[in-house]
Amino acid sequence: MAGLKVEIKKENLVYKRTELLTDNTMHYCPGCSHGTINKLVAEVVAELGIEESTIGITPVGCSAFAYNYIDIDWIQAAHGRACAVASAVKRLHPEKMVFTYQGDGDLAAIGTGESIHACNRGENITIIYVNNATYGMTGGQMSPTTLMGMKTTTSPQGRDSSLHGYPFKIADMVAHLDGVSYVTRQSVHTAAATRKAKKALKKAFEKSLANKGVSFIEFVATCSSGWKMSPVASNKWLEDNMLQAYPVGDLKDI
Amino acid sequence: MEEIKLMKGNEAVAIAAVRSGCDGYFGYPITPQSEILETLMAEKPWETTGMIVLQAESEVASINMVYGGASCGKRVMTSSSSPGISLMSEGLSYIAGAELPCVIVNVQRGGPGLGTIQPSQGDYFQAVKAAGHGDFDLIVLAPSSVQEMYDFVYDAFDLAFKYRNPVLILSDGAIGQMMEKVVIRPQTARKTNDEIIEECGSWAVTGKRGRTRNISTSVELDSVEQEKFNEKLQAKYKTIRETEVRFEEINCEDADFVIVAYGLCARISSKVMEMGREEGIKIGLLRPITLLPFPTERLNELSKRVKGFLVVEMNAGQMVQDVRLSVTTDVPVEHYGRMGGIIPAPSETFEALKRFINKLK
Repeated sequence: MAGLKVEIKKENLVYKRTELLTDNTMHYCPGCSHGTINKLVAEVVAELGIEESTIGITPVGCSAFAYNYIDIDWIQAAHGRACAVASAVKRLHPEKMVFTYQGDGDLAAIGTGESIHACNRGENITIIYVNNATYGMTGGQMSPTTLMGMKTTTSPQGRDSSLHGYPFKIADMVAHLDGVSYVTRQSVHTAAATRKAKKALKKAFEKSLANKGVSFIEFVATCSSGWKMSPVASNKWLEDNMLQAYPVGDLKDI
Repeated sequence: MEEIKLMKGNEAVAIAAVRSGCDGYFGYPITPQSEILETLMAEKPWETTGMIVLQAESEVASINMVYGGASCGKRVMTSSSSPGISLMSEGLSYIAGAELPCVIVNVQRGGPGLGTIQPSQGDYFQAVKAAGHGDFDLIVLAPSSVQEMYDFVYDAFDLAFKYRNPVLILSDGAIGQMMEKVVIRPQTARKTNDEIIEECGSWAVTGKRGRTRNISTSVELDSVEQEKFNEKLQAKYKTIRETEVRFEEINCEDADFVIVAYGLCARISSKVMEMGREEGIKIGLLRPITLLPFPTERLNELSKRVKGFLVVEMNAGQMVQDVRLSVTTDVPVEHYGRMGGIIPAPSETFEALKRFINKLK
């Protein structure tokens, strides 16, 4: 293929990379959902035309470095504290779009308190919650959302409820809170799922911009490295297992 | 005409926050400082200056709200008392690591643990040596009156923005709770978003209108780069040590013995100084106003001609170590302290001073 130049004529272009993604090479592993979800965030911000008035809060975990990929202003928060950071930013900048981007370890373990209370206060923010049932960055330890029987480096015999409790369905939990107007669970493991997820993400952002309280969007996601599976096997495992425990669809929409 | 009001130290902090043009206060109730949040809620500054006041779900949330607000270039603050400040340690480290300006007030109570709600200076080490993990310094101001509780809010914000560094006002339950008259300044307008962009646009997260994106972060995985950043921080702290030392000195010119004390203990020690002078003992008082940076040079100068230092604190002996580190002579440095929320009386402190003097004879 050396020397071959492919030219796509303008009239034939059906899809292009959003300009809001930077030129930085993503550090995410092959098969990881973060790359796709980062791209969806970039597309939604660009389509809404709010790139100059959007502030994102990244967590601790693999997506801490999402700020390298989406060309907006960012704050990198301490582990679990993104919702507290976002609460202050939104109250001090009520005209801005403020969102957090957090994993299950960040949002549903160490940051449970901050997340629940931001939801309960009805902060006008969007919480993007990427649930891959493991601590990816630290090498695949058990998280609160790890499935029953699932083997991780800290549950090598498989998650046992008598030892570790049960998979934490935090989206179901926040749906009960009065400060939350939109809760949806999505996935990006197929092109069709990704298209649906993008629509949901856009709706979440629009609700935040209209000051409707918290929009909470969970992405049921893969972690090929943490799960020790190939990208293809990860997608299959997600469909067969993750989506059974965390079924996609809207949990609340008012 | 001057506006003068009788108020508690805690109320003075709240009123100073509003009057100095603070943009946001985030806090969680804890004795003996809850009047700060209560006064702000009663004042409703969101209806007058537009200042945000939010009761957080914990001190952990409070300090991270401060991190968020400070990242935006806003003038934001929190307050707490000893156990709550411990919970803020991680957040303080992130704020220092991201080089953000903010103000924290610690109205100290006795510890360890839940301890007592009575006044203490047991958090001196925490404030000046180890406010959190990693190599970083706060700037620490120590008020000794309700007027200084008021004034230091202004000074703290000025220093915080001058150096992009967190500033701690280290007070105690007595100064927080006692009432004195305070000269209140006229309202300073809050900075507009355009003014913030003009002053802090190179780093503040305000939405990337008309510029490349700003990122507020403390992470750097490349050790070479991280060390460069550490060196930059240390250079800043050196400038602060060279520029911002503040202390008050009374009767030190002819003093044979100098009491070193800050905050409430400086008030008590000034009485001890009077008692000593009445008995013909030449006592001086050096009151550090900045605990970090510490008045090291001045103490060392004095050590070359005084016969001894007595360091008076409401703890087991913390600042006394910094006094010993400051002096290069073999002049004796003694400590007198009470713990557990007990405030040392002038009489017992004077007795301790006399015992110290007699020992040297």
